Amino acid sequence: MLGGEAGVGVVAQVPHLQAPTVDYGAIAPVLIVLGAACLSVLVEAFVARSARWSSQVALTLLTLGAAGAALGVHLYSFAADGRNVVTLAGTISVDGPALFLWGTLLALGLAAVLLIADRSVEPGGAFSADAAVRPGTAADRAQAEGAVRTAETVMQTEVFPLFLFSLGGMMVFLAANDLLTMFVALEVLSLPLYLMCGLARRRRLLAQEAAVKYFLLGAFSSAFFLYGVALLYGYAGSVSLARIAEASAGSNRPDMLLFCGLALLMVGLLFKGSVGPFHTWTPDVYQGAATPVTAFMAACTKVAAFGAILRVLTVAFEGTRWEWRGLLWAVAIASMVIGAVLGLTQTDVKRMIAYSSVAHAGFLLVGAIALTAQGLSGTMFYLLAYGFTTLAAFGVVTLVRNADGEATHLSQWAGLAKRSPLTAAVFAFLLFALAGIPLTSGFTGKFAVFSAALADGMAPLVVIALVASAVAAFFYLRVVVLMYFSEPAIDGPTVSVPGAFTTAAITLGVVVTLLLGVVPTFALNWAALGAFGS
Amino acid sequence: MLQPYVPLVLLLLLAGGFAVFSIVAAPHIGPRRYNRAKLDAYECGIEPSPQPVAGAGRMPVAYYLTAMLFILFDIEMVFLYPFAVAADSLGIFGLVEIVLFIVTLGFAYAYVWRRGGLDWN
Repeated sequence: MLGGEAGVGVVAQVPHLQAPTVDYGAIAPVLIVLGAACLSVLVEAFVARSARWSSQVALTLLTLGAAGAALGVHLYSFAADGRNVVTLAGTISVDGPALFLWGTLLALGLAAVLLIADRSVEPGGAFSADAAVRPGTAADRAQAEGAVRTAETVMQTEVFPLFLFSLGGMMVFLAANDLLTMFVALEVLSLPLYLMCGLARRRRLLAQEAAVKYFLLGAFSSAFFLYGVALLYGYAGSVSLARIAEASAGSNRPDMLLFCGLALLMVGLLFKGSVGPFHTWTPDVYQGAATPVTAFMAACTKVAAFGAILRVLTVAFEGTRWEWRGLLWAVAIASMVIGAVLGLTQTDVKRMIAYSSVAHAGFLLVGAIALTAQGLSGTMFYLLAYGFTTLAAFGVVTLVRNADGEATHLSQWAGLAKRSPLTAAVFAFLLFALAGIPLTSGFTGKFAVFSAALADGMAPLVVIALVASAVAAFFYLRVVVLMYFSEPAIDGPTVSVPGAFTTAAITLGVVVTLLLGVVPTFALNWAALGAFGS
Repeated sequence: MLQPYVPLVLLLLLAGGFAVFSIVAAPHIGPRRYNRAKLDAYECGIEPSPQPVAGAGRMPVAYYLTAMLFILFDIEMVFLYPFAVAADSLGIFGLVEIVLFIVTLGFAYAYVWRRGGLDWN
């Protein structure tokens, strides 16, 4: 009879549960970040408001340092024996790519949290002092001005626990060895991000609109992801990536479930990586969110999403690559074309970098679908390089301000080099890196990804990617020309002198961008250290 | 091959047939007595509370917080019941896990409590 056996299984006594073995050393970085996130909630609850900012900043920086140290300790033993740790009953795989991307996430998270914590560029901080005040009222204007640093105008610090939860979710997301863990991690990383988008101090209607849009579309894409998981479970009888690979190897099961499941799963993953044509939320959310949050999103979410894409494609779907590869070719081309062409028409600098991120997602996908060791290390190197460049670029965006906050319209950036040569030079350098000019990390990253794709026989795709790079280079260079060869606007913006935190974040981004362009060998070797284990 | 699905199809037909039959037959064979309650959105139970007149029928936003808190502790219960039933076979490991779960929720509870989420005003 149909379902007879399953019925008996439910009624029968639950078998004695074996506690899964946990390799605490390997997953210590994740445990530290998530544990500190819980502590951070308690700080919000019990520390007086005047002391919260300093406690939260200290706690967050300490956490990132401790997680980095724990990662370093495990990396030391990993470098000696190269052993991939699969722990927590096979749900988390701490392997070479996971370790590299965890390190990347922690480093990018450090730079992002420096931008988030800054209270000097925007007096009182970039985040709302009282999120319950209705936008447009007198109370809202008072908290937006924030010039007088009273208890009412200093930023709320909920953004720190949200940041830590999101970062912890990202770390689990890219190390998840089965699809259910991956889904839970997806939610853990997404839900805090939705909230963080709506916390901006200025232009709060825009920020709240961005948060709602991101939430609705994100919930929709999570549903796609979950539906894909369900179909793949129906196909393979398991959500484990390795089991799915085994099931698809030489079986006569109907492929329909497998490929429908993969397609739906990829929609969810590509959405998070803001790969076109699943990118429509990107410009609005990047523009509306407070710029430090945008920097965090642009850098870290991309690392997490592409880490997961690489893992899913390599571990679970390598055997069937010839069936699905054509479709992802099309997605990569669409993403590069959409990013490069629509980027040309943008007049807002944050939207322009958003479209640039869509184009970069296309380049990343070119490397990700190569599914070779070279493609894996190239894509991971690209993530590291792109993350620091885009983070520093958003850091510079926070500095160019007028009375209403950030002056993001490109016309206001005209002649910036005459007002502030250093800011213009730094931004021009970062734009060169985004365009992929030699001696910047952008060039090395593109070279690594495109040569991996060429070696894997994807010459036509590489040609399209090169053309897209050239088109995209035009709109980066247009901004450089605007900054250096235009007359400054009469009522143009002023460039704030950044405090220590923002200076540190931008300096970190610029130095990494330069180092990865000039001496990339160390990072490339590290990226090539290991393959996925399951 | 499709043999096991025949009862399922029969059940589907039976369920659909019953629904259609009920809707078609009810107006013909049932009595017709109209009153005010019949025109309400929800016929059974208590009267739905009147919409607030001020603010164009808006709800106080504090309801939202209450609903969120309800879901938080409702989910806690959802996990505690099956745990209680299977506590024996789950052993110490299960106990540790459920305590960790409750403690984590306790953090959220402490936050809501300290920040005035439980004050009605």
